[in-house]
Amino acid sequence: MAKKVLMCGNEALAEAAIIAGCRFYAGYPITPQNEIPAYMSKRMPEAGGVFIQSESELAAINMVFGSSLTGARAMTSSSSPGISLKQEGISYLAACELPAVIVNIMRGGPGLGNIAPSQSDYFQAVKGGGHGDYRQIVIAPASVQEMADLTMLSFDLADKYRMPVMILGDGILGQMMEPVEFKAETKPGIKKDWILDGCKGRKPRIIKSLILNESELEKFNLKLQKRYKEIKDKEQRCEVLYGDDSDIMLVAYGTPSRICRSVVEKLRKKGKKVGMIRPITLWPFPEDAFKKLAKKIKSFLVVEMSCGQMIEDVKLAIDCARPAHFYGRTGGEIPGEDDIIKEIENING
Amino acid sequence: MKEEIVFAGFGGQGIMFMGKAIAYAAMNEGKQVTWIPSYGAEVRGGTAYSMVIISDEAIASPLIKDPTICVAMNGPSLRKYEARIKADGLLVVNKSIIDIEPARKDIEILNIPITELASEAGDHRIGNMVALGALLAKRKIINVESLIGGLKDIVSSTYHSLLPVNEKAIRKGFEYGSR
Repeated sequence: MAKKVLMCGNEALAEAAIIAGCRFYAGYPITPQNEIPAYMSKRMPEAGGVFIQSESELAAINMVFGSSLTGARAMTSSSSPGISLKQEGISYLAACELPAVIVNIMRGGPGLGNIAPSQSDYFQAVKGGGHGDYRQIVIAPASVQEMADLTMLSFDLADKYRMPVMILGDGILGQMMEPVEFKAETKPGIKKDWILDGCKGRKPRIIKSLILNESELEKFNLKLQKRYKEIKDKEQRCEVLYGDDSDIMLVAYGTPSRICRSVVEKLRKKGKKVGMIRPITLWPFPEDAFKKLAKKIKSFLVVEMSCGQMIEDVKLAIDCARPAHFYGRTGGEIPGEDDIIKEIENING
Repeated sequence: MKEEIVFAGFGGQGIMFMGKAIAYAAMNEGKQVTWIPSYGAEVRGGTAYSMVIISDEAIASPLIKDPTICVAMNGPSLRKYEARIKADGLLVVNKSIIDIEPARKDIEILNIPITELASEAGDHRIGNMVALGALLAKRKIINVESLIGGLKDIVSSTYHSLLPVNEKAIRKGFEYGSR
């Protein structure tokens, strides 16, 4: 491992993307993710890649589309309102089986909302903000170290499954500084035999999303579904604290998972049987871990910086076999440790 | 050891940087650190804070509700944070521009003429370094030499000519806090 450096999450993510071989970045400024394009504007030319401050979010996602189909590792980033603008492009990436990494450092919504941290884009990210029967892998880091490590993973997953991967962070994760160690550069192990790089000496390849022939689109969509099933089987990731010895499990991702970890540490010192499950992949949702936990524990308390979005996936995963309670703050507010402890006390009676 | 520190003051007083400087030095001493800025629409003259946690153990939540240490660089910051400091905590008050007397009796209070000491060190703008020096005299979170030694890594080389005056300001603050 290299030396530890003190960096904010946005910059760590950007550096990790370059280490992962990302050589194309396009984006349009928006708080609280501006450190990503700022960092890229400096580092990308040094790395021999292309940085473009595009004229709009739409332009950025479509530039990523164009770059990806030539085989480059490509990324764009934005925050909530800007991510809404990218949804059409993400649907087209999925339809054309193009790998790309899209970063959403969430802020308060709806509309322009505010610039404070939030998690209210969960539905959009996980259920598909664009049109059509598609999925994107959604990754949820919870520290600056994970902003780096999981970005590198995201590029690998995008290439492996030829699809968009979204990194879903929040304003705190983007702005916060922590020590981070960068892993050594990994060589993309996947040969891309589908890219458009000039067809001299080989048959032309075609990348398009319009499939008008009868029954062809269904066939194509079912092919995608088969791949999504494989991802669900292989790529679920989560962290579990005290899974074997808890009455109540907190459920949280991103910044709220850090707060919940403090709550667990505090209550464990008092002998309370509280644990936590932290989804790292939001899609595929770590259903298998939840199913296992549902057999052992009495109830779940889902903590989000939203009015209750991930809780729906928790209920689906455990088939409502146990009560799933909710505590959330919205509009850029952050759940406090004391408030969560009060909720736990209420549930335990 | 776990200290939860809030640095607060006007935008332009170096509030973000003082947090980063102590966090960076603590990291180099092998401690766990987190740093969170206020990142609203801050402008010079507006209010700003940075939150730093320094701990021997892994840090779960990086957010601070009730700090163990607060450095209040201006009046509004003192009003905002005084009541929230944990009992036996430390409050460093920039006496140069704050004319309110803190009311708490259950915390340690250091009133320090930050601007004057910065001017004596050679530049009235580096009160943030004076405050850091004073803080480290009162609470031995890290060695003051780690703080001084770390500055060159986190300041652009364009400004390295200013490192000696920053060091002087830190030592001034440290001396004042040690009295």
